[in-house]
Amino acid sequence: MTAISSAEPTRRDFLFIATATAGAVGAASVLGPLVGQMNPDASTIAAGAPVEVDLAPIRPGQIVQVFWRSKPIFIFNRTPNDIKAAQDVDWQTLRDPQPDSARVQAGREQWLVVIGICTHLGCIPLPHQGNFDGWFCPCHGSQYDSSGRIRQGPAPLNLPLPPYEFTSANKIRIGETSQA
Amino acid sequence: MSGHATYQPQSGFMKWLERRLPIASLVYSSFIAYPTPRNLNYWWTFGGILTFMLGVQMITGIVLAMHYTPNVDLAFNSVESIMRDVNYGWLLRYIHASGASFFFLAVYIHMARGMYYGSYKEPREVLWILGVILFLLMIATGFMGYVLPWGQMSFWAATVITNLFSAIPGVGDPIVTWLWGGFAVGNPTLNRFFSLHYLLPFVIAGVVGLHIWALHVAGQNNPTGVEPKTEKDTVAFTPYATVKDAFFVGVFCLVYAWVVFYLPNYLMATDNYIPANPGQTPTHIVPEWYYLPFYAILRAIPNKLAGVCALGLSILVLAFLPWLDTSRVRSANYRPLYRQFLFLFFAAVIGLGYLGSQEPSGGYVIAARILAVYYFAFFFIILPVLGLVETTKPLPNSISESVLAKNKGATAPASGA
Repeated sequence: MTAISSAEPTRRDFLFIATATAGAVGAASVLGPLVGQMNPDASTIAAGAPVEVDLAPIRPGQIVQVFWRSKPIFIFNRTPNDIKAAQDVDWQTLRDPQPDSARVQAGREQWLVVIGICTHLGCIPLPHQGNFDGWFCPCHGSQYDSSGRIRQGPAPLNLPLPPYEFTSANKIRIGETSQA
Repeated sequence: MSGHATYQPQSGFMKWLERRLPIASLVYSSFIAYPTPRNLNYWWTFGGILTFMLGVQMITGIVLAMHYTPNVDLAFNSVESIMRDVNYGWLLRYIHASGASFFFLAVYIHMARGMYYGSYKEPREVLWILGVILFLLMIATGFMGYVLPWGQMSFWAATVITNLFSAIPGVGDPIVTWLWGGFAVGNPTLNRFFSLHYLLPFVIAGVVGLHIWALHVAGQNNPTGVEPKTEKDTVAFTPYATVKDAFFVGVFCLVYAWVVFYLPNYLMATDNYIPANPGQTPTHIVPEWYYLPFYAILRAIPNKLAGVCALGLSILVLAFLPWLDTSRVRSANYRPLYRQFLFLFFAAVIGLGYLGSQEPSGGYVIAARILAVYYFAFFFIILPVLGLVETTKPLPNSISESVLAKNKGATAPASGA
C-alpha cells in the first residue's frame, strides 16, 4: 500500500465515506425491527382488552383477585373501619403521599381497585396480612394499608390503580374509562 | 518465558499440515510445552474443572433441548416427561441441574484463589476482567436456565429479577415490558429465555478462549506471587499440569456424582415442582444458593433503586479489583493483615449467603446490613489503605528457592525437558 498524500479528496475517499454511510444507515434501520420484535406482539395487546367485573357477590371486608393483562387486580370491599383507618392517616408523612380520596372514586369509597403487584420487585402481596389491614408481600416484606399505600418495607410506591369505571352501581369495567 | 521445546512435525502429513494450518504447533506450545510454575497447588486445578463443567453443561443442555418444549402450557410437563419417559432423561437432567451448582461452586473457588494469591494484579488485569465477564455471563445463563422448567420458583424468579430493571428512573417500566414481550412474564418471555439460554454458553466458550489466551500471554500466577525467572522455576504443562488437573477433575466428579445420584434435589427448591401460577407468589422466594449473597445485599437496603444499585455494584466492583488493591505484593501468604481481612471477607460472603436464604425480618436484616457494609468496605476502604500501610513478609528470590526451602532434603523432580 502506498500512501497517497494529496490535499484533494480522492475518489477512494468518496467511496469510503459513501460506503460507510450506507452501511451505518443499513445497520441502524435493521436495529429498529431487531429491538422492536421483543415488545408485546399484536395478539398480546389484543388479549389485553378491558374486563368487566360484577361487584355484587363481594362481601364487605372481602378482597377478590381478577386478571387484566395478565396482571392480578385486587378488588377490596372495604368495611367502614377500613375506610376510616385509610382516611385518618396523616398521608403527607407517607413514603408515596396520597390521600385515600385520590385512590377511590368519590361516593364509592367502599371499593378499592388496585393492581396487585408489589412495586418493589413484582410479587403478589398477600391480602389481610401485615400491620396495616391491607397487604403483605412475602418476598421482601413490604406492607400496604387498606388504601393500598406503601407503609413499610422496601417498595417505593403505592399499589398502582388500573384505569376503571363503574358501568352501573355494582359493575366495573377494568382497562378503559370513558375519557380515554 | 522461553518454551521447553518447540514442535517439530515428524510425519509427512504433519509437515504438510503445518505449512497450511499450524494447529499442531499451537496445541503443542499451549498445552504441552507451555511452561507452568512448578509450585502450583490444587487450587490451580479449578480452571481445568471449570472448562470441564462448561463442556458437561453444553453436552447435557443440547441433549435436554431435544426433549424440552419452551411453551408456557407444555414446558413443565416436558420437563416431567424428561424425568419419567425419556431414556436416561432423569440422569441427564440431574447432571445438568446439579451441574449448575457445581459450576458455580468451582467458579467461586477459582475466584477466591485469584483473590488470595493476587492473581488479578499487573500484568493479569485483562485476564481477571475477562473472568468477571465470564462470571456475569454465567449468572445470566444460570438464571435463564432456572426459568425454563416453568415451576413456581421459575416464574417468580423471572418476575423478581426482570423487575430489577424497573428501578431505573424514567425508562424502567418500558424496559421491563420489552424484556417480557408482554404485560407480565409469559410465553414470549419463556421463548426468548430459552433462545438465550442456548446461545450464552457458546458466548461463554468464546470468552473462555480469550481468557486462556490472556493467561498464556501473561503466564500463570503461583502461590508465591513471584514470577518465574529461570527454567528451573517451571515445568512443562504436559505431563505435570495435565495429570494434576485431570486427577482433580476426577476427585471433583466423585463429589458431583454423589450429589447427582444421591442428593439430586437437595439444592433445588421444592416449590419448583409446582407448575407456575401467575396468580400466587410462593410464601418464601429464594434464588438458587449461588445467588444468595447478592440477594442478601439487595434485601439489606430498604430503598429499591439503592438496593438494585448495590446488587449491581457488588458484582461489578470485582472488575476494579486490580486498581483497588494498592499493594504490589501478590500472594496473601506474604501479607499477614490482608490475609486476615480476606478470610473475614470470605466469611462475610458466606454469612450473606445464609442471610439471603432466611426471611427478611428483624435481626436478619440488621445482620445483612452489617455484612454488606463490610463487603463494600473491604473493596473501597480496606484494600486501598492496606496496600499503603501493611508490612509484608520478605518474598523468596525465586519459585525454586521457595520450593526447595519447603522440601529440604527431598530431591526435586527434574524440570521439563
